[in-house]
Amino acid sequence: MRIFIAVAALVFAAMSITAYAGKTLDAIKKRGRVRCGVSNGLPGFSSPDSKGKWKGLDVDVCRAFAAAVFGDSKKIDVVGLSAQQRFTALQSGEVDVLTRNTTHTLSRDTALGLNFAPVNYYDGQGFLVRKALGVKNARGLNGASICVIQGTTNERNLSDYFRKHKMKYKPVVMENNNELFKAFMAGRCDVFSTDASGLAAQRSKTKKPSELVILPDIISKEPLAPAVRHGDDEWLDIVKWTVYAMIAAEEMGITSRNVKRMKKSSDPDVQRLLGVIKGNGKAIGLTETWAYNIIKQVGNYGESFERNVGKNTPLKLARGLNGLWTTGKNGLMYAPPLK
Amino acid sequence: MHYDASGKGIGISSLWRDVTKRKYTIQVLVLVGVVVLFSVLINIASDSLQKQNIASGFGFLAREAAFEIGETLTSYSAESTFGEALLAGLLNTMLVALLGNFLAVIWGAVVGITSLSHNLLLARLARIYVDTLRNIPLLLQLFFWYALITEFLPAIRDALNPVPNVYLSQRGMFFPMPEWGATHGWALVALLVGGIAAIFLYRWQKLRQQHTGQLFPFYRVAAALLLVPPLLAWLIGGAPVELDVPVLQGFNFEGGLALTPEFLALSLGLVLYTGSFNAEIVRAGIESVKKGQKEAAVSLGLSRSQALRLVVLPQAVRVIIPPMTSQMLNLTKNSSLAVAIGYPDLVNVANTSMNQTGQAIECIVIIVFVYLSFSLMTSAFMNWYNHMTRLVER
Repeated sequence: MRIFIAVAALVFAAMSITAYAGKTLDAIKKRGRVRCGVSNGLPGFSSPDSKGKWKGLDVDVCRAFAAAVFGDSKKIDVVGLSAQQRFTALQSGEVDVLTRNTTHTLSRDTALGLNFAPVNYYDGQGFLVRKALGVKNARGLNGASICVIQGTTNERNLSDYFRKHKMKYKPVVMENNNELFKAFMAGRCDVFSTDASGLAAQRSKTKKPSELVILPDIISKEPLAPAVRHGDDEWLDIVKWTVYAMIAAEEMGITSRNVKRMKKSSDPDVQRLLGVIKGNGKAIGLTETWAYNIIKQVGNYGESFERNVGKNTPLKLARGLNGLWTTGKNGLMYAPPLK
Repeated sequence: MHYDASGKGIGISSLWRDVTKRKYTIQVLVLVGVVVLFSVLINIASDSLQKQNIASGFGFLAREAAFEIGETLTSYSAESTFGEALLAGLLNTMLVALLGNFLAVIWGAVVGITSLSHNLLLARLARIYVDTLRNIPLLLQLFFWYALITEFLPAIRDALNPVPNVYLSQRGMFFPMPEWGATHGWALVALLVGGIAAIFLYRWQKLRQQHTGQLFPFYRVAAALLLVPPLLAWLIGGAPVELDVPVLQGFNFEGGLALTPEFLALSLGLVLYTGSFNAEIVRAGIESVKKGQKEAAVSLGLSRSQALRLVVLPQAVRVIIPPMTSQMLNLTKNSSLAVAIGYPDLVNVANTSMNQTGQAIECIVIIVFVYLSFSLMTSAFMNWYNHMTRLVER
């Protein structure tokens, strides 16, 4: 019966796609809220706080969409999705956009019928082990049991990596992130493997984080980016430039605190971004203050990063690849001109 | 209205006016309706998929899967295809379904008979077991057994070692297995021959009993037939005793037979849960046989166990089989809850496949098709068995 319902749901979902194509923004405006699919409780990226309010880097992007569309970052509906459910939820129109640490890959961009916005976190797959195990790097993992989440690029990276190095492993695969981590903590697996940011997030949730180590090896590229349905360019533009606006704001030194003052800046790039010089808003199909609202209510990319996953959070992640390209270090964050 | 000589309607109008023809007319109409509905749905779905640029078709089955599966009965590896991955998942599902049903029926019969026992303590315990397990959702029970194994058994390095070469840890149970050789093959052949001989013996002694009334110690002779030939074959082959023993190597035990926590928790959960329903079915079946039957059997001089075995159970079986069939189907379908505790059954592997390929509809069609055929095959077999055991009226 469960399966029958699933089939019916899928078929109807596939049917309903046509109803949404090209009209996502209209649907959002009619509903009065942006609906984002996020991860089910990944601290720093998307997890509900003690009051049940969703917080995190991915949730901030969602709030930025609402700020851009409605001028009010609170107008969001957050839907927690497992890795397994996320694409169906997006394809069927249950959510408007995925802001759910989803890796941009060719097959997802094409065969899955998605379109990806710019990357909002550059990540790579790593390994988390107990310190007591005494393993120093990934090459010492031959024969290990590895807990890995179902429906992710991680499942495949793992098999590629072990094949390349002629090593063996036993996967334990579950859909539910939390059940899986529980099994790892109980000792069912030697290793827990997912994106390095996810490892830091999971580790921060444990009672004694110092007993777990993240191995130095990063075995894959995981550019995590928001995704929308294929075929609605208007909505894709908004999603894309919202992410860029946050990066550009950091580049220009505009923060949520000084954004009001920056309106008086003599720099034409700043004036264009904040809508003092008009044109961007009309071009993208929003009000001229769209970017101003994002920065005022959510902040620039750097603010969001530090607030959620940076040095002073339990995750303690360094900017690294996620720094600005303009700083001259190895940062990859770069926004095309907003003009 | 037109009628022929026998009073039956003729012409087109008879299709709905004639009672016997109307039956078929309605069925054909419903069938056409269903086919039209589904083809419309499929058309719309594939149209939308195309518009969205989502891939479709079953071509992906021949592509390399590139993901590992925790435990398989085949020689599956990441280099195998998606088709082989799904086959490995299917075999895992079949293993759990066959083993689970076999044990659940036996366990159900034991508990069902116990709950009717004259020993009050045993009977009460059986009732408590049935009432408790029947009323707790299976998913919770699976989580419970899985947590019990992974949280409370010792770590792999401190594995319990109750019997030499048998290890018990939170990574599962590890047993030694005989090193397979030609002698074992011959022993298997001998077992097969003994089994066939036992079947013939059963028929012969039954006929003899019907004609002459003489009893034959069938069970003892049959046991000898099953045990002695393989043992002889093994002795003639030089009595090989090499064992493939599990040894702790690096992270895990290597060699021998390993039962993973996922498999153990799933099998245990399914057997205990379904067993509680089976017990009720068996109890109801036995109670449905009138008391007089048993009393009559005892007054004819049969012992209590003979009365149960020869008079009560054969009559109870007829009542038991139909509901037992649906429990077997339930167990098979419930085995898909394996996803929750990470046992790589068909649904688990199909979930991974649909996520790697993005072809959700195709994968779900495969799942539906497999479970549907399982269910139809099980009920076909049970219907046949039901037919065999029904009351023959002369």
